[in-house]
Amino acid sequence: MEKNNGFCVSNLSSNLLITCFIALITTVLFRVLYVIYRTGKPLSKRASRQPLSTLIVLGSGGHTAEMINLLLVLQKDRFAPRFYIAAATDNMSLQKARVLENSLADSSGVKRVSAEFMQIYRSREVGQSYVTSVWTTLVAMAHALWLMIKIRPQVVLCNGPGTCIPLCVIAFFFKVCIFPSNEFCFVLPFALDETDMVFPAKEKKKDKLKFINISTSKKIGVSHFSCKFCLQVVGIRWSSIFYVESIARVKRLSLSGLLLYKLWIADQFFVQWPQLQRKYPRAHYVGCLM
Amino acid sequence: MGEPEDGAKPKRVVFVTVGTTCFDVLVKVVDSQEVKDELLRRGYTHLLIQMGRGSYVPTKSTGDDGSLDVDYFTFSSSIADHLRSASLVISHAGSGSIFETLQLGKPLIVVVNEDLMDNHQSELAEELADRKHLYCARPQILHQTIAGMDLKSLLPYSPGDATPVAKLINRFLGFPED
Repeated sequence: MEKNNGFCVSNLSSNLLITCFIALITTVLFRVLYVIYRTGKPLSKRASRQPLSTLIVLGSGGHTAEMINLLLVLQKDRFAPRFYIAAATDNMSLQKARVLENSLADSSGVKRVSAEFMQIYRSREVGQSYVTSVWTTLVAMAHALWLMIKIRPQVVLCNGPGTCIPLCVIAFFFKVCIFPSNEFCFVLPFALDETDMVFPAKEKKKDKLKFINISTSKKIGVSHFSCKFCLQVVGIRWSSIFYVESIARVKRLSLSGLLLYKLWIADQFFVQWPQLQRKYPRAHYVGCLM
Repeated sequence: MGEPEDGAKPKRVVFVTVGTTCFDVLVKVVDSQEVKDELLRRGYTHLLIQMGRGSYVPTKSTGDDGSLDVDYFTFSSSIADHLRSASLVISHAGSGSIFETLQLGKPLIVVVNEDLMDNHQSELAEELADRKHLYCARPQILHQTIAGMDLKSLLPYSPGDATPVAKLINRFLGFPED
């Protein structure tokens, strides 16, 4: 009898567990599909003039030169603060970014706009053996995750170095998964269709957070409970990922570019030669950056 | 072009650059008698080699006996100055070196490193060669390229523009257009 009863309880709990598990998987799956569906869809008109925090992934040599050319024409007041990331073995690129930021500060006369410079471990150096690269890849992934949690960018700009892959993948998962923090940008997938971006309003009460739909400026009251529920289905940060394929790629995409294109991670994908645009129709042909 | 030197032949420098790479094959080939003879025949007087991380050391020569003046160095922070004072640039296929040279309006021969595993670099050089902005060569045929090149037929490269990208990014993010 007792045995049987115990069996029943464990059976019940395991059933419950399986149901929960299936529900979780389904939610996550829906969320992933939704994120993929939303990727590449422009955001709605910006009501506020609030700048967007921007992560800029720098590569080596030619890559950095192209990125700097792009940064020179971007409106700096819209993309701030700016976070620069380069490989730990690459000092030149960050140096170039520093020069750019200093010249901006000088020319505008205003106090230095906040710009941060960071380095990231590479998963594999040229010529490293595959055995040790398992370990270094793990370290690099953990490091990338740590940096991304700190930065939580709204815009990611990258143009080719392999270092951008872990960062972009993490940005994609931030759109999908859960992470508690106090300055959230909530993404409510099913409640709102006007826009995805819902910023918590300043006026925080004890158990009631207010959310403002930025497109309609309508206030939406969300109870603590549903807020918690939201945490479980909504994203950490909705970021827009822009990828510019290097000018050196005329006929074939780089591995980074191919991954971001095929996996629908990049919101907008730019190529600099018409041949590539013909091959990858979702890409935008923008002419040479150099 | 070059400034006259001691009232003799005008100084015409050929600058060879491999960037931060190791491209011994190119250094070796420009150091070969075949290429040096060809450069001399085309009226160049100096050969300056930036050899990067390579281990092959070219032979220095002062060029007193009417031969080519050969000099080399590994790295320099003033690559731009060397490019500016050159009459001809022979470069590896890195996009940085290519566009820096083209934007200075210098005649350029790009030599593709065939030893690189994923040789996508030749794509850019070949495309720009098709558009007549530069000459593209393999190390073995460099001397033929030098002999056969017609620098007047090269078209100047007009620098690119990043504003289309910036426009698209702004539009995507919902910023007002201006």
